[in-house]
Amino acid sequence: MSTATVDERLLRTSVWKKLLSRPELGAVMGAVAVFVFFSFAADSFLRMSSLSTVLYAASTLGIMAVPVALLMIGGEFDLSAGVLVTSSALASSMFSYQMTANVWVGVFVSLLVTLGIGIFNGFMLTRTQLPSFIVTLGTFLMLTGLNLGLTKLISGTVQTKSIADMEGFSSAQTVFASEISIGGVNFKITILWWLALVALATWILLRTRWGNWIFAVGGNGDAARAVGVPVTKTRIGLYMAVAFGAWISGQHLLFSFARVQSGEGVGNELIYIVAAVIGGCLITGGYGSAIGSAFGALIFGMVSKGIVFAEWNADWYKFFLGAMLLLATLLNHWVRKRAEATK
Amino acid sequence: MRTRRTAAAIAAFATAAVLVAGCSDSGGKGSEEKPDEGGKGGKVSGPKLTIAMVTHSGKGDAFWDIVQKGAQAAADKDNVEFLYASDDQAQQQAQHVQSYIDKKVDGIIVTLAKPEAMKDVLAKAKAAGIPVVTINSGGQFSKEYGALNHIGQDESVAGEAVGAELGKTNRKKALCVIHEQGNVSLEDRCAGVKKAFGGATENINVPGTDMPQTQSQIAAKLQATDDIDAIVTLNAGIAEAAIKAKADSGSKAEVSTFDLNEAVTEQMKNKAITFAVDQQPYLQGYLAVDGLWLYKTNLNVIGGGQQVLTGPAIVTEKDVPQLEKLAKNGTR
Repeated sequence: MSTATVDERLLRTSVWKKLLSRPELGAVMGAVAVFVFFSFAADSFLRMSSLSTVLYAASTLGIMAVPVALLMIGGEFDLSAGVLVTSSALASSMFSYQMTANVWVGVFVSLLVTLGIGIFNGFMLTRTQLPSFIVTLGTFLMLTGLNLGLTKLISGTVQTKSIADMEGFSSAQTVFASEISIGGVNFKITILWWLALVALATWILLRTRWGNWIFAVGGNGDAARAVGVPVTKTRIGLYMAVAFGAWISGQHLLFSFARVQSGEGVGNELIYIVAAVIGGCLITGGYGSAIGSAFGALIFGMVSKGIVFAEWNADWYKFFLGAMLLLATLLNHWVRKRAEATK
Repeated sequence: MRTRRTAAAIAAFATAAVLVAGCSDSGGKGSEEKPDEGGKGGKVSGPKLTIAMVTHSGKGDAFWDIVQKGAQAAADKDNVEFLYASDDQAQQQAQHVQSYIDKKVDGIIVTLAKPEAMKDVLAKAKAAGIPVVTINSGGQFSKEYGALNHIGQDESVAGEAVGAELGKTNRKKALCVIHEQGNVSLEDRCAGVKKAFGGATENINVPGTDMPQTQSQIAAKLQATDDIDAIVTLNAGIAEAAIKAKADSGSKAEVSTFDLNEAVTEQMKNKAITFAVDQQPYLQGYLAVDGLWLYKTNLNVIGGGQQVLTGPAIVTEKDVPQLEKLAKNGTR
């Protein structure tokens, strides 16, 4: 064995092998498969306007799937992420309306409130050492109750008053809920937010110290602490990242519709987790990628709208959705297994 | 220390933002009109009664908010103490009724969305001598379960009214948007539309708790089936998503909706919604409390024991001027 003298960490690996070992590879293959499938199954799927609809659906999930993926790499869950989006929209809307303030004031107050809830989640988790499932389940239920209770107390009904005629609304709408026309087709601005978040999260994960901390904390928290990783700060930071995503999503919700229904968002937390897992995150933590979560969200968007484009029977919608997601994930899993075998 | 300084900086920035950006000259609470205290007449004299209402409403449903307001208005007038409980789980709903029986209230109002689950507990109410009025859905079971009468809307009939109205404007293909898969009364509404509408009717299921997804789901359907010229939504919130989806997909379809509220009257004024089907939830609450009071004090039964229909009333742009203010106050 002539190569025995070279340390295996210094071995040159081909680009192809490097690609194969990326966590998002399976999700990319799944996305390609789903795309090809619906291109044949649905006549209207390949139109630019249809793809814009699919991208919109994927982006509203994807904005949350990115920080949720980071959190899962860090080894934790956030079950309050779905209703937190609604809380953020409600905070912004009701503050602006009740104070008769410029809506941008409400937007920034909402950012503080939402980040505060994120800090609360992280603080409770790190202080009590309870599983994040329990801590965030508690926050989830409390937020669901607060959303309804406070909205009714302040607005008198279960939805907020319209803020469409208030100052700053149109500029805020441009930032959070406008459309950009490319070649005669309108694309929602949420797609840009989504791509920006994916890029930012990928840079953090792969090029910064914080990225190393996240992987370390998710892989083995005690070992990470032993080598000097600020575990508590990293965890709280991750919950703040989820809160930041919820803030963007919440503002999009508010500025699309000008009023917010207090009961929304329940159940979405699981879809964010699904997108992250399809994208290659492990439920046990320590492994995954932000780009993968984007492809996970894209798969979910393509499947959920593709079924409609294919005009399959509406009563069976949920069945098709579940079956397609399972197939995409199986393909993803299979590809990753093959990739690991060739290493 | 660094985090504390950052936090202080953020707080200072936020305060500055409030001071600099200041107030909005348009909209907001500052532009609200004081609601007048109309509709609150004198009180009757006589013994104070206690009447309880138990519904199948989920938490945070705008519709049931209006029902409660109607019931409270009648209660104030009739010198009645009004109690309210709700649960979307049938078993929990029955338990709420049981606890009001144990409490020996003077009358009970229930909804029969899940009739079988309420059968036993209503028999107990009868045995305890407590009169029961049923409201909203499930009218066909009301008499069988020993209720005085039923006040509500027949969902199929309401759907048929929509179908007939769509036929009047020569629509060819309608899309009925179900926001809660498997909900019987929503399915009934769409079936009614299909029955009375001359053209074709298709159903679509959307995730009703997620507006952006609901919007893109409807947009996808409109892009896939571009000959749809009428969209029927089954509550006011979904109507907003349908209007957005219509713009996204460049569809020419007309939007009409079940239920009325402030947002719907605004959209009718903007001609974004052609008509709304109102089942007068306020009236359901009001008549139920008033009916029980009349029964307890004078043995009257509203409707002579027959079903009293509160809808469907078709509301269009022409009705908006009268209804606008009432919808804003949350009573229509």
